[in-house]
Formats: sequence, C-alpha cells, structure tokens
Amino acid sequence: MPDGTARFATLPASPGVGYKPQHFKDLQDDPGPVQWIEIHAENYMGDGGRPLAQLRALSEKFALSVHGVGLSIGGEMPLDRDHLARLKKLCDWAKPASFSEHLAWSTHESEFLNDLLPLPYTESTLSRVADHISQVQDTIGRQMLLENPSSYLAFDESTLSETDFLAELTHRTSCGLLLDVNNVFISAQNLGLAPRDYIDAYPVDAVGELHVGGHEEDSVGFNQPLLIDSHSRPVVDPVWDLLAYTLDRTGPKPVLVEWDNDVPDWPTLRTEAERAADVLTR
Amino acid sequence: MSNTMKTLAVAGAVAAAMSAHGTTANAASKEKCYGVALAGQNDCAAGPGTTCAGTSVTDYQGNAWTLVDAGTCAEMELPEMADGSERMGSLEALDRDLPA
Amino acid sequence: MTTLQRFRTPLLDPTQDRPEGLRGAAGAPADTRYDVYRNNVTHSLIAALHSAFPLVLKVLGTQNFDRLAPAYVRAHPPTSPLMMHYGADFPDFLAAQPQLSKMGYLPDCARLDLALRRSYHAADSAPFDLETFQQLTPEEMMQTQLIPAPATVLLRSSWPLFDIWRFNMQADAPKPQMQAQDVLITRPEFDPAPHLLPPGGGDWFAALAEGATLDQAHDTALALVPDFDLGAALGLCFATGAFRAKNGG
Repeated sequence: MPDGTARFATLPASPGVGYKPQHFKDLQDDPGPVQWIEIHAENYMGDGGRPLAQLRALSEKFALSVHGVGLSIGGEMPLDRDHLARLKKLCDWAKPASFSEHLAWSTHESEFLNDLLPLPYTESTLSRVADHISQVQDTIGRQMLLENPSSYLAFDESTLSETDFLAELTHRTSCGLLLDVNNVFISAQNLGLAPRDYIDAYPVDAVGELHVGGHEEDSVGFNQPLLIDSHSRPVVDPVWDLLAYTLDRTGPKPVLVEWDNDVPDWPTLRTEAERAADVLTR
Repeated sequence: MSNTMKTLAVAGAVAAAMSAHGTTANAASKEKCYGVALAGQNDCAAGPGTTCAGTSVTDYQGNAWTLVDAGTCAEMELPEMADGSERMGSLEALDRDLPA
Repeated sequence: MTTLQRFRTPLLDPTQDRPEGLRGAAGAPADTRYDVYRNNVTHSLIAALHSAFPLVLKVLGTQNFDRLAPAYVRAHPPTSPLMMHYGADFPDFLAAQPQLSKMGYLPDCARLDLALRRSYHAADSAPFDLETFQQLTPEEMMQTQLIPAPATVLLRSSWPLFDIWRFNMQADAPKPQMQAQDVLITRPEFDPAPHLLPPGGGDWFAALAEGATLDQAHDTALALVPDFDLGAALGLCFATGAFRAKNGG
C-alpha cells in the first residue's frame, strides 16, 4: 500500500464478500454491512493494470483477506517455490489482515488441474501437509488459515477424521483455521454424517474466519442428492442455521459470503451479507 | 531523402501527432468490457456435478471432431493461405528487456 | 503409484477406469462420485478457454469450439496456477488441427486474444512526457528513443487480423479483405484495445522496441514502405499511450 502500513490489521467479526470486479463501484457506494473483502490470490499476481489498481483503492476502505486457491498444499510434490514467492510478494504489497489456503491439492508434477482435489487423511499426509504449512508460514512471515474441503467421496486408506486431522495440524504448525460451514454441510450430506457432529468435534479455538456459500444438488444416479459446492446460488436456510450453531461455539468471527459462478448483481450479494449480519447479531 | 528533408518530415509528423494526447489511468473508471477482466480467473468453486463433458468418451478422440457450419468463419471468405509470405510466422511479442 | 497419482490419471482421461479405494456415504463404493472431480477439472478448463479466447470462440462458433476444447484441455492442462496465462500454446494447437487448415488466420486470432490478456495484466508505467518532447528541436526529436509501455503489444500478421477482430467484435464493421495487417495493442486507462498500424508501422514499431531512435526507425520503415505515414503512426501511439516515460516507471 502507498503509505507502507496496513490500514486494517485484523478482519472484523462482521460480514465480508468475495470480491468481483463487476462490483467495484457498487461495493464502495453501497457497502451495506460489508467491512471486508476476500480476493483469490492468483487473480492479483499479474504485474499491474486494473486488478492491482482496484485492490489498492479498495484497501483504503475495506479490510482484506487474501485467499489462495493454487498452492496445492496437499500435493505430493514440494511446494512450487515460484508460486510461494508470488504469494509472499502479494502479501508484502497488499498487507492483508488474513491469508488462507485450502486443505487440498491441485498441482501434480508440472500440471495445474484448476480444482481442489481431495486427500486421504493418514499420518503420512499429515506430516507432509504440516511441513508445507510451516514452509508457507516461514516464507510469508505470518500465520495462515487452512480451509476444510467440500467432499464428494472419502478414501479407504484414511485413518483420521477430518476434524482430528485439522486439530493435529494446528498443534504441529500453529496455523489457524478457516471453517467453511457450507463445506461442512456438503461433506456431511455427501458422506452420510451429521453436520453438527462435525462442528462439535472441530477445534473451534483455532478459527479465524468462517465461510458460507451456495451449493447445488446433483440427483442423477444417487439415492440422496449429491451436493456440489458451486458457489452459484444464495446460501440455503440449513447452512445459515449451521452458521448460527457454529458462531455459538466460536464466538463472533468474520463471516464471508462466497459467490463465484453466475455472480449476481450487487444488491443480491449485499442481501446475503445482510443475512450474515443478522446471524452474527442473533 | 536528404537529412534536412527528413528532419522536416519528422518535425511535421510530430506536430501532426501532437494533436492527440493520452489519458490518465484511474482505477475507478468504468471498465469498457469485462471480457478481459474476467478471462482466466482462478476461483474455488466446483463445476457442474457428475453430468458433463468431463466424462464423455465420445468427444475424447482429439482428431474425431468435425467442423460444423457455425461461427463467423463461413462469412469472412478469406483464402486458405496468406500469400504475404514475408510475414508468415513473424507474429511476435515485444522484447521486454529494453534499454532504459 | 501413489494415491494421488492413481487419482490424477483418469481425471483427464475418461477412457481410464475410476481409481479404486474410494467410497461414498456410509462406506458404500464411491461409484460415479469420482466424476465430480473429472467434470470440475475438464469443465473449468473449457470455461477458462471460453472466456480467454473470445475472438476464436466467435469465429469458430460455440459448437465447433466445444468439440475442439476437450481435446486441447486434456492434452494441454495448465502448467501454472495462474489461470490468467492459460492457453499460451492454444495458437499452435489450432495451427496443427487438420480440420482448421482452411482457417489459416485462426492461430493469429488466438494470439490476439492472448495478447489482450497479457496487456491487461502487464506492469503499469509512467506515461511518455509529450510536453517535454514537444519542446525538443527536430534534430533532438530524431535522436529520441521512444520506449513501448509494458502493456503495449505488437502483433504482425499475414492476415487482415485487425479487420477480423473488428468484424467479429464491433457492430456493422466491414468484411475483412485479404491483406497483411500489423496490430498494436495499447492500454490507456487499464483497458487494452487493438489498433491498426499504417503500412510499415509494424516495422517502425518493432525497430523502436529494439531501441532504435525515431530517426533510425523511420529509415527502417521507409526502406520497406516508401510512403510510410509517420504522422499517422506517431499519432496513434501518442493518443493511446503506447510509450512509457524514459526513466523506467
């Protein structure tokens, strides 16, 4: 940032939105309850132009969360050093209040598969992911938050529950957690589990941020519809309820509304943020 | 062309070109077209579930597809080959490491 | 093979069996659930091509594009997590397709789409100082190096590339006539746009980009195109911010 200091050192315990360039003006003119924004790190790794100019302007008014989607922390390969360097450069420049990434993999050998792919929860995965998280935190010089995935299947070889896996990672690396409540709902339905049991078993003390978002149902060939994490619709009532249940355990936290596909006009997204504000003050 | 004539030609061209002037970049200015802005974005959302092209074996064979009458290519009526042979394959980007 | 290697292989190859060792709800076999990931990968890459190559999409039509796209994304998945740069080898892929041999201009259309994206994300730079330049003597002007801004891209085509772009992207634009065209992409106000350089303008601009003085670049263009219109080329460049300030930025 131009003055060399972070304007917002922490994310407020209030609603944020995933930032889309088409909302640049509306977001500033009519933010409603929105006090912070989240960006996907990779979209701001160009050398300049409008994306970075917009980010500079928005950072004057909103706290910033940088959310990586391409680091492949769960991958079997060593982390991509070039990409780590790009993340460090972005964080040094934008000085976000928070940096987060996913418990997933997306790069294999030299190929980037552009999806968050699932991991078996084993001791060997645990030590690999812990090493990668430590490497990230050492490189960018700050704590990171790790997000739980939305699952469509599980691995036979898994020996740990996802909640135990995440809890152990926080112990080994002192990382924080980004709890995506919609992902909990999706994974629970898809794997035949109870979403509240997941929250009860989750290490809530490590939570730095919450996510909600819309999902879709795919009923082709399944007894129970498979839920797909499409970020293409309003958040459904059971997910708002699960958010309230979660906030009772975590206390007030920053809550992000994600909407990435079929992005609506600003008033529709602002209405979702208002709903999050209602749940936060419930 | 003599040096004097060249100098006059350049001076005249510069004078003519000066009537035009650039504009200042402004982050808040309205984007003229979101096409480029939204091209090649990363995100963390999932796609269309279990039903779509990803599992179709029929469109898998790289060379098996055929062109149908669609798009503007049929309207443009350009020849099969360009005859400007001096330009073939000369499409190039600028070298970024220019002397300052 | 590791678990992730076994998971990776069928992702972009639907002729391969789904990996073993996966399950769904309550311990049942995962069955077609694996296809969610197959679809996410394939669909997201095809969607990325759609948004990244609007001119190719328009020229080919969606139906043709969508027959071609799966073959490309499966053979050429991204090699970087930056999706903004995906498709760098799409022009060469198009050039190699026998079905497209009658559309010799199509790879250049893809290069134009790529160049617009590269310009959009290129570094910012301080604009060239026209007022100071204007106060130079003609002799000093001729010894000046005009340095392209990082967001300026020159495309030299054997095809009427600018006219093809205009015909497809602007209402009521005339049909392209067969001629070679040099296109200059510039980025005033953060929005890249293609412009047609006058004949000889590509040679002139390429010379400037290699560090030639205005005098040397002018000579280069005149040698190839005796009636090269320097005023038109300079006017276009000044009006669209094609040059950056000399002292970096």
